[in-house]
Amino acid sequence: MNWNAVRVSLELALTTSFFLLIIGAPLAYWIAYSQKRWKFLVEAVVALPLVLPPTVLGFYVLIGSGPRSPFGKLYQQLFGSTLPFTFEGLVVASCLYSLPFTVQPLAAAFSAVDRRLMEASWTLGVSQWGTFVRVILPASLPGVITAFVLSFAHTLGEFGVVLMVGGNIEGVTRTVSIDIYDNVQALDYAAAGMTSAVLLVFSFVVLALVYAANRQIWKLWPAPLK
Amino acid sequence: MHVLARFFLFGYLTLLTFCSAAPLPKNEVRVAAASDLTFALEKIAKRFEQLTGNRAKVSFGSSGNLYAQIRDGAPFDVFFSADLEYARRLQEEQLALAGSLYVYARGRLAVWTRAESGLDVESLGIKALQSSSMRKIAIANPRHAPYGRAAIETLRHYGVYENVLPRLIYGESISQAAQFAQSGAADAGIIALSLAVSPEMKASGIHWEVPEEAHTPLNQAVVLLRHDKRATAPAARRFFEWVSGEYSRSVLRSSGFVVDGLTNEVQK
Repeated sequence: MNWNAVRVSLELALTTSFFLLIIGAPLAYWIAYSQKRWKFLVEAVVALPLVLPPTVLGFYVLIGSGPRSPFGKLYQQLFGSTLPFTFEGLVVASCLYSLPFTVQPLAAAFSAVDRRLMEASWTLGVSQWGTFVRVILPASLPGVITAFVLSFAHTLGEFGVVLMVGGNIEGVTRTVSIDIYDNVQALDYAAAGMTSAVLLVFSFVVLALVYAANRQIWKLWPAPLK
Repeated sequence: MHVLARFFLFGYLTLLTFCSAAPLPKNEVRVAAASDLTFALEKIAKRFEQLTGNRAKVSFGSSGNLYAQIRDGAPFDVFFSADLEYARRLQEEQLALAGSLYVYARGRLAVWTRAESGLDVESLGIKALQSSSMRKIAIANPRHAPYGRAAIETLRHYGVYENVLPRLIYGESISQAAQFAQSGAADAGIIALSLAVSPEMKASGIHWEVPEEAHTPLNQAVVLLRHDKRATAPAARRFFEWVSGEYSRSVLRSSGFVVDGLTNEVQK
C-alpha cells in the first residue's frame, strides 16, 4: 500500500470538492431559477465532462495551461511556475472533470425547494442572499451532501486526466489510480490488487452512504414543511 | 428497464458469436511493439505490406503493459520489447516460441529540448539539465520503462542525479515523456533517440545523443508468440523474418537504433 498516493488522492478529492461547492453553488442556483432561453446551452456545457473522454480534457488542460499558451504565460508570470505536473494543476483539471457531479445534484435540489418558502422569506424582507443561506441551502442539504460526496468520489477515481497532466511525481501528483496502474505495469500484481480492493470497498461505502442519505435512513434534517 | 437490459445482453451475445466465429485472415499479422518503435516500425510495416500483400496491424504501448496484455491472452503474433527481460519471460512461460527470441537493435538515449529554450544542448550535453531554466525534465517511469532506467543511470553516470532529481517528471511510456517535452509542458526530456529524430521532434527541437557507455545497453528483443488454438500464421513468420532483413535494419539504423555488433548470447 502506498500511503503517500492515498494521501495525495484524498487531498486532491477534498480540495476539488470544496472548490467545486463554491463554484458550483452559484452556477446551480442560476440553472435552477434562471428564466433565460439559452439556459440549455449552459446546462450542456456543464454536462460536457460526463461524455467527453478524460483524454480530451487532459489534452486541453495540458495544451491550454502549458507555458506556450496565453493562459499558461499569465499564470507563469503570476505564480512563477506552470500548471502541468503540479498539485494545483491537478486541482484545476479535477474541477473541470467533476463539475457536473457537483452542479447537477445541486441544481436538482435547489429547484425542488418549495417556492412558497422562498417567497415568504422575500416578503418578510430577507435579501436574496439571506434567503439562499437560510432557506434554500438548509432545505436542500441532502443535495449538497450528495454533490460533495459524488464529486469527492469521482475525483478519487480520476485516472485519464491525471495520467495526462500529472507527471507521476511521488507525493505530489501520484494518485491512487496512477499508483495502481504503475504497479500493474511493474508486474507487482499483489500491490495493485491490494490498493484496488481498498478503493473498491471505499467507493462502495461512499455510494451506500449517499443512497442511504437520499432515502433518509437517518433523520439528519427536519421533514419538509407541508 | 429490464427490456432494455435484455436488448443489450442480446446485442452483446450476438456480437460475441460473430467475433469468435470470424475466421482469422491468413495474411494478417498482429504486432505489439514498444513505443520507441512508433516511427520506425510504421515504415517497416508499410514496406512489408507493399512487398508481400499481407496486412500488418501494429499496436504500440509500453513494454510492460504489452507484456501483461499478452499474458492475459491478447491476440498478438509478434512482440517487440524495449526490454529483453519481458521477451525472455514470455519464452520461459511458453507464451513465445522457443528459440525465436533475438536482439534486433539497441536503443539510444537523447536529451531533447525545444529549439526556443535557448540552451544549446548539442554542445552543453548533460550540463544543460543543470541550468535553472530547466524546471521540469521528463523521463519515462524508471519503475517499468527501460528508457527511464537508462535515463536515471545516465544522470548518475555524470554525477548530476541529485541536482536533477527534484525536477524530474515521469511519463508512463517513453513516448509520453517525449510528448511532455515536445508540447513545452516540460522544459526538456531524456528520451529515446528514435523519437528525437522523428520528423516532428526534429523540426521543433534540438538534441544531444547520450553516449552509450553512460548506461546499461538498451537491448531490444523480438519474439514470435504462440497461440494454443491455432498454428502461427505464415504472415507472422514472414514479418518476423522481415524485421531482421536489410531494409528493416537500414530503417532502424536511420531511426536512431544501433543494429550492428549486437550481442545475441541471450538464450541463456
